[in-house]
Amino acid sequence: MKKNKAFLFLLPGLVFLFLFMIIPIVLIIRSTFSDQGQISFNGYMEFFKNKYFIQILINTLKVSLLTTLLCIVISLPVAYYIAKLHGRIKSVLIGLSVFPLLTSAIVRSFSWMIILGKKGLLNELLLNLHLIKEPLNLLYTPTSMIIGLVHLFLPLMIISLVGVMENISDDLVQAAESLGASRFVAFRKIIFPLCVPGLIIGSILVFVGSLTAYTTPALLGGKEQVISVYLYQNAMTLNDWHTASSVATIMVAVTFTIVGLMNLAANKLNSRG
Amino acid sequence: MKQHNPVLALFTILTFIFLLGPLAIIIVTSFGADSYLSFPPKSWSFHWYRHIFETEGFLSTFKTSMIVSIIGNLIALLVGLPAAYALSRYPFWGKKFLNSLFISPLLIPGIVLGFALLKYVIVAYQFSIYTGLLIGHAIIMLPFIIRVIASSLANFDFSIEEAAISLGASRFATFFKVVLPNIRSGLIAAVVLAFLESFNNVDISIFMTGPGVSTLPIQMLQYVQNYFDPTIAAISVLMMLLTAALMYVIERLMGLSYFTKN
Repeated sequence: MKKNKAFLFLLPGLVFLFLFMIIPIVLIIRSTFSDQGQISFNGYMEFFKNKYFIQILINTLKVSLLTTLLCIVISLPVAYYIAKLHGRIKSVLIGLSVFPLLTSAIVRSFSWMIILGKKGLLNELLLNLHLIKEPLNLLYTPTSMIIGLVHLFLPLMIISLVGVMENISDDLVQAAESLGASRFVAFRKIIFPLCVPGLIIGSILVFVGSLTAYTTPALLGGKEQVISVYLYQNAMTLNDWHTASSVATIMVAVTFTIVGLMNLAANKLNSRG
Repeated sequence: MKQHNPVLALFTILTFIFLLGPLAIIIVTSFGADSYLSFPPKSWSFHWYRHIFETEGFLSTFKTSMIVSIIGNLIALLVGLPAAYALSRYPFWGKKFLNSLFISPLLIPGIVLGFALLKYVIVAYQFSIYTGLLIGHAIIMLPFIIRVIASSLANFDFSIEEAAISLGASRFATFFKVVLPNIRSGLIAAVVLAFLESFNNVDISIFMTGPGVSTLPIQMLQYVQNYFDPTIAAISVLMMLLTAALMYVIERLMGLSYFTKN
């Protein structure tokens, strides 16, 4: 009786997701494995021989990895600092991290166009200081894309880490310090291992987010292609829906593999710890 | 027992300058009088704010964005509220799997979902572009609706509901008169968060533009790729004001610690 009721309440949501998300995506994946009604892997054989596409895939993975690492390195000390604060300053800093998170990606990428452009803030500054003679090409490069992505995803990592660090008792650190450990050693041996679950969740969010981001690479990346922009161009500019479908399938496969692997790592750490 | 580490404090300040400085620069440039983006502007004006309303497309796409985000929100509530209720109220087999299924729109790359909706919902199922937009936005709002409402239902004492029913209230009336008022703040926060997610969305909307149909972010994206004047800075300031106002609502309802508790 209870079971039926639960099912009844879940039904509308399930039907909705099946009709408009799951079936369309499954159909896209299936379409890439068929060639005139026959099951075939030819499409993918061709695909992975295509040097241009491989390059895009590698670029995307590289950019996402670098973005994730930069976010981790910057967030660890910042989150540690915020987690140890109390009262009003702490809520203000959390609020200041949440605000960019809720702000449009277009707005945030656009701000870097003002800063990094040929006549942008940074170039003007460097020219006025006579540090450079010619304006630098900063915008529309891999560097500007990575800066934009770090700016986009840093708050997510900070917030994930503050969440776990808050639960680490001050006493642990003090005990370590009173036993003679330096501040840094205490951080490395006590705080850091306890942060790993938050670090994994944050890394999944940032890595998958950068891997699939469209707006920031489209605005800041210039000629540097990433996989999501490649999908969009094939679908909408070149009208090559077959290639777009294969790219979509590869994106889904890569995303799920990464999330699966990281979850596996998290579970292993949990069962050990 | 407060220990202040000046290096750590300085690093934190620099990080927040990196995060918020660019947004401050947008605000300053939006008041510039020059016809190109410069910082700091040489003279000041409100010209670019007026320009938003004089330029074709911004007002109409803003309207579309509002309609899509509000109606899409209602659709997501309609299918999401009962689901969140069932997931919190009843024990059943496969609950963990269903939980992840309802959160999965967050994991599927937006650009893939957008393309899938275009290829099947619009081209194959023959829905209109506008309907496609509503469906797509409802899908991406669903995880927010379900997650936030389920987390407030987790704190709800269902024995109150039993009490109302044993006193003769119908299940339906109980839900609207007892359960909903108790999770009111979670409900509003869920709607606000979902609204922001939808209002800022690019990945889905970019596949669903057609004659007379486009959302504000897509219009902004196209404008930025063609013109380099402070109009977008002015719109950005208005969008940041909206974001700040809605964030204030969330803060009042559940506190911002909601964000760090996931």
